[in-house]
Amino acid sequence: MQAGFFIDSSTSPARASAKVVTILLLLLAYSGVCWLAFSHSLKNWEQVWGYRMTFLNGWAATIGISAAALLLSTAIGALTALARRSAFLPLRYTAAAYVETVRGLPLVVLVLFGFYGIANAVGWNDRVSVGIVILSLFSGAYIAEMIRAGIESVGRSQWDSARAIGLTTAQTYRFVIFPQVLRQILPPVAGQFSSLIKDSSLLYIIGIPELTFAANQINSATYSTFESFVPLGICYLVLTLPVSLWTKYLESKVRYEM
Amino acid sequence: MKIALRGLTKKFGFQTVLDAVDFEVEFAHTLALIGPSGGGKSTLLRLLAGLDAPDAGEILVDGKPLPWDEEHLRLHRSRTGIVFQAFNLFPHLSALGNVMLPLTGVHRLDVATARERAMDVLKRFHLAEHASKQPAQLSGGQRQRVAIARALAVDPTFLLLDEPTSALDPEMTAEVLDVIAELRESEKPIILVTHEMGFARRSADRVAFIAQGGVLECAAAEEFFQHPRQPAVKQFLERILKY
Repeated sequence: MQAGFFIDSSTSPARASAKVVTILLLLLAYSGVCWLAFSHSLKNWEQVWGYRMTFLNGWAATIGISAAALLLSTAIGALTALARRSAFLPLRYTAAAYVETVRGLPLVVLVLFGFYGIANAVGWNDRVSVGIVILSLFSGAYIAEMIRAGIESVGRSQWDSARAIGLTTAQTYRFVIFPQVLRQILPPVAGQFSSLIKDSSLLYIIGIPELTFAANQINSATYSTFESFVPLGICYLVLTLPVSLWTKYLESKVRYEM
Repeated sequence: MKIALRGLTKKFGFQTVLDAVDFEVEFAHTLALIGPSGGGKSTLLRLLAGLDAPDAGEILVDGKPLPWDEEHLRLHRSRTGIVFQAFNLFPHLSALGNVMLPLTGVHRLDVATARERAMDVLKRFHLAEHASKQPAQLSGGQRQRVAIARALAVDPTFLLLDEPTSALDPEMTAEVLDVIAELRESEKPIILVTHEMGFARRSADRVAFIAQGGVLECAAAEEFFQHPRQPAVKQFLERILKY
């Protein structure tokens, strides 16, 4: 092992072996930390195992809610971003008010106010669908800002060129602006999608039996906190890591140079 | 081709760039618009292209007034070939994709026909081997040639070129000017804003000098450069041809 073995820069790129050794060392350190943290606390598996169906049902609910909210929040984000650029003032200001309000409030306030305030008042009592809508509205506000910034980053000359060849405004967005926006916003949107999956855990406060709700339930029934929450964390990672990898893949697919 | 301007006025804020211009010109193939920067050449070209609307007055192309509503202006643009100084191409599409987009998106050709027509035009400009490259992989001159190919592929009624070589180095400028000179064979009328005086002199039928919010002088190219009449034009040519 020579000096600079672990250095990876444009002038002296690291060898493949350096990357493998680095990953192995880190895994070793990581395992050590986990062993220290959990070796004395993770013992009571038998009792927790009895509740595995509760846990799996919760996980399925989390996946379903997140997937639905992911699609809905993308749609809300795109429409809001367009509304913020609308020439029609009431629409533009409504979109701006929505984005600023939602981004300024903690999710827990939105969940409680949305469910016990608005949804109950209009007699909408299906917790899961209300939860999906609240989560989508919350995440949609952030996505709207990402898309808006992405649209604004596309230069004036692209609009001119699109108009010059005779594209309509809708076609310009579809063929010229959005493909370029997509490339800009994939990294932040990937982060937002991971946040959304984790944020769905807050829906347990309105009694939706999702993953965090299940873990809490198992914890109170078995008094085995670590045995309930370590699998919880792993289950969230299993969902968020693929999202992150998938967007990395998409990024490589839509890459082009300016 | 015949262009007539009637009381054409365009303002940007407090600045009047074109001030009630009355002007008529008829030319066989190429009209060059020259003049100092900020004199209104590009503004006039954008009005001819239907990219901006005038504040007053009208433009007649071969006797027909340009429409004033966005939908008809869009139709006008789709039948006009327009090339800007730079950044004409869409960076996420290949050269072929750029040429095909107006064919499929605006002129409703099916993909196979559009591809065939786009490849024909690219071949004509010796760009076939670059068809699958994205704009960032092309040289500046190649990018402008693809832009000209895209403008021509839709079989426009005429071409508007806004300083198509001013962002290029001399060698690429020559490469693009060669292509524009070749367009004579296509018999499509061209209106060209340019700073290339040599090119204007050799290739244009008529030259119009635009400054101070209007058309100061318009003449056949040779006459324009040999015997400019207006003092402002003389001064401009003396200064620009000094080096």
